[in-house]
Amino acid sequence: MKQADPSSTGRLSRRDFFKGLGTTAVAAAAAQAESVAQELQKLNTEKVFGPGPVPVTLKVNGKTHRLELEPRVTLLDALRNHLGLTGPKEGCDRAACGACTVWLDGVAIYACQKLAIDAQGHEVTTVEGLTPDGRLTPVQQAFVERDALQCGYCTPGFVMSVSALLRKKPKPTVQEVLHACAGNLCRCGTHPRVLEAALVAAGVRPVSMTRTEVIPHV
Amino acid sequence: MSEWPAQLKVLGTRVPRVDGPAKVTGQAKYTSDVLPEGVLIGMILRSKWPAARILKIHLDKARQMPGIKAAVAVQDGPRQVRYYGEELAAVAGVSRQACEDALRAIEVEAEPLPFVVREEDARKPDAPRVWEQAPNMPPPRVQETGNVDAAFAECAAVIEGFYATPVQLHHPMETHGCTVLWNEEGITAWASTQGIFGVRDGLAGALRVDQSKVRVITEHMGGGFGSKFGPGVEGILAARLAKEAGAPVKLMLSRFEEALAVGNRPSSFQRIKLGAKADGTLHAFEFENYGTAGVGAGQATEGGGGGADLPMPYIYRVPNRRLKQTTVAVNAGSSRAFRAPGHPVASYGMESAMDDLAVKLGIDPLELRIKNDPSEIRQREYRIGAERFGWKEKYRKPGSSPGPVKTGVGVASATWGGGGSNRTQGEVQINPDGSVEVRLGVQDIGTGTRTVAAVVAAEVLGLKPEQITVKFGDTRFPPGPGSGGSVTSPSVAPTVFDACTKALDQLQKQTGIPDARGENWHVACKKLGVTPLVVQGQWRQGLSSSGVGGVQFAEVEVDTETGLVTVKKIVVVQDCGLVVDPLTAESQVNGGVIMGIGFALYEERVMDWQTGVVLNPNFETYKLPGLADVPEIDIVLLNMPERGVIGLGEPVHIPTAAAIANAVANALGVRINSLPITPRKVLAALGKIPAPKTPAA
Repeated sequence: MKQADPSSTGRLSRRDFFKGLGTTAVAAAAAQAESVAQELQKLNTEKVFGPGPVPVTLKVNGKTHRLELEPRVTLLDALRNHLGLTGPKEGCDRAACGACTVWLDGVAIYACQKLAIDAQGHEVTTVEGLTPDGRLTPVQQAFVERDALQCGYCTPGFVMSVSALLRKKPKPTVQEVLHACAGNLCRCGTHPRVLEAALVAAGVRPVSMTRTEVIPHV
Repeated sequence: MSEWPAQLKVLGTRVPRVDGPAKVTGQAKYTSDVLPEGVLIGMILRSKWPAARILKIHLDKARQMPGIKAAVAVQDGPRQVRYYGEELAAVAGVSRQACEDALRAIEVEAEPLPFVVREEDARKPDAPRVWEQAPNMPPPRVQETGNVDAAFAECAAVIEGFYATPVQLHHPMETHGCTVLWNEEGITAWASTQGIFGVRDGLAGALRVDQSKVRVITEHMGGGFGSKFGPGVEGILAARLAKEAGAPVKLMLSRFEEALAVGNRPSSFQRIKLGAKADGTLHAFEFENYGTAGVGAGQATEGGGGGADLPMPYIYRVPNRRLKQTTVAVNAGSSRAFRAPGHPVASYGMESAMDDLAVKLGIDPLELRIKNDPSEIRQREYRIGAERFGWKEKYRKPGSSPGPVKTGVGVASATWGGGGSNRTQGEVQINPDGSVEVRLGVQDIGTGTRTVAAVVAAEVLGLKPEQITVKFGDTRFPPGPGSGGSVTSPSVAPTVFDACTKALDQLQKQTGIPDARGENWHVACKKLGVTPLVVQGQWRQGLSSSGVGGVQFAEVEVDTETGLVTVKKIVVVQDCGLVVDPLTAESQVNGGVIMGIGFALYEERVMDWQTGVVLNPNFETYKLPGLADVPEIDIVLLNMPERGVIGLGEPVHIPTAAAIANAVANALGVRINSLPITPRKVLAALGKIPAPKTPAA
């Protein structure tokens, strides 16, 4: 059987398609595109901030702060370097370590992954905001008693993650604690103690992953 | 014998960390939290070339950027860079955003040069040289004892194995860096360091300033693991920027930079031949090893330096042995000390070979160890650990675990020094109101050193640890050692004991009260009038010693369908002399084990041989163990008060990876001969996927 000649199968080429579309349709499309562009420009003039500093109002730990920040400044940068709230730490600046964990309307988030301008209109809580009266919360107390910290650099992040969990689930399971802390890293290796502290703070039976005995040498 | 009191009231009790409340509330000020008035942010421009001749660095445009107050080149004039990420220049500005813009405005004229980043490529004779004056891999240093060749002929069983470990990164949670103020009074540097005096002397030397004009402060720091001695290039750049800007400069590295230029654990490629008599007595050992210390290797001398040498045949006594070790230079950041340098790597190689030999001999690997380990302490630890772990019930012939998810068990051991520094000094101040301040020029890297000092002072003075204020981390205090080698506790505890004993003595003499402790304390202190009592102390003999063992048992599950290894349980039996505070001691054990799990299963710096860059310079690609990866950890601390205080931080990290590797080999019946033991390597070892390319031995 003779092979079909592609040029004679009646299939439309791209060129034919555009030709067939006709000039009227193309003109209409162009006019539409132009009006979309105009619309965008109008929106941009109203909504695009920066690149220079813009007024930013942040509500942190119940206090309102008015700042002038470039729109690219992260919430973490704003808290640490502009408000002097250094409880949230910078460990990676890319949502991998959790040392910067704060609450946004009570939900644990990475402060390094939120622009400060986007945090406006929300309640931000840092670790400093947990203890306005300077007394330790049950979670903090349990962290100290169970030694759920070593160098302590990741600790504020863990405290915020665990505290957020306990607000939502006052009696969490082991799995729920592990899940809540899945976004927090520790290099000193305090992990078993963090789990213990979370359960102790919740008043759940202090399941310990570690068992220790000091045996006298004879 | 130890000079510690026979009856201890505070030492040996579970004392919560004295700085715990400050750390859980965010009040503890770390180096990266320090914000002096008018502080600027500093940032570093790094080489994008793994090797290049730098001809000129144009800083003018950067200097004129908005908000930029200073810009400096690491070196004026042409120079050579030897790895991706090597420092070229730095800027200081009013915000990190201003600095980011300024770094992009710096123009660098450079001629790229040939480079090499893989060990197996670098050792070839025609490889590009990392250092012009020397070959990348100098001839090995050879150490020989006995008659090795004849001894192998006398062995009933001989195994030959190849075991490799990757370059591991420190990755402390707080990155390297400091804040520096340089005014007419001199330099004040808040540094994230393990050694404040080392930083002071390093800054003074590099910047030609008297040591007396440099003050280094480290109130709290976020981990170091061996990588934070000395000011580093970043510290010197921060100081130069501070001088040029006339303002304090805070320069903390990013996580990305942390993976490039501030240290790592050298890799190893170990070829081991090990032979034993029929009864299991080790008789002959032959060892060839090389690893890379990055640009830290490459000296022309035999062995090459850089810290890639391994203490072999590790804890075992083998009468006939030959060691050939060298280091290969590659275009990558230099190695630095890393928690028990050499030991976890040596432990992995030697303990793997021991298990392979036990299989060949047909004997229990624990028996082989008991037969050949000369340490009395470890002999006891094997017995305690085996019972606690249930070794007899759990050990099965390799590969005999049924089903698709196989269980396996392994054991490995450690040795470490951990003695104190005899030059440590300290002082104690007793105030008329009864409060006490202890001052030492050491730093707490997270091991709980403040608590150790408070516990000892409380013991001697009859107080509670929370009544003692411990001031650390300032070069204005009496000098102490850097926190490395597990020396800090055995340095600090005897020094505080000495200062407090003398202070109590003097308080009693001065006030005429025969025993000023307990209910007499406030009466005695009040009698001091308006002048506090300040007494110097120093490290002294008889309160600490050196040399620990340590044995760990591991139980794992290996899923032969996915290749995933899950650590189920680790039993640790560890001695550290007198246990000062079991609570913080256990935390260090947990930490050593968990870091060992990372080394065994997850951690590896990956470099691209074609571009010379580090491919996984962040936590989403360089994996650390998380909470859900942590097994049950069962800790037995062997308390030996008669030996005094000995350091603990390093030995507890040494054997974990080796024990896990042996447990995996026991589960599968086949050895995976390199770390980390990834699912891919497991499946390849089982013949389920093609073998990944392994480095040439």
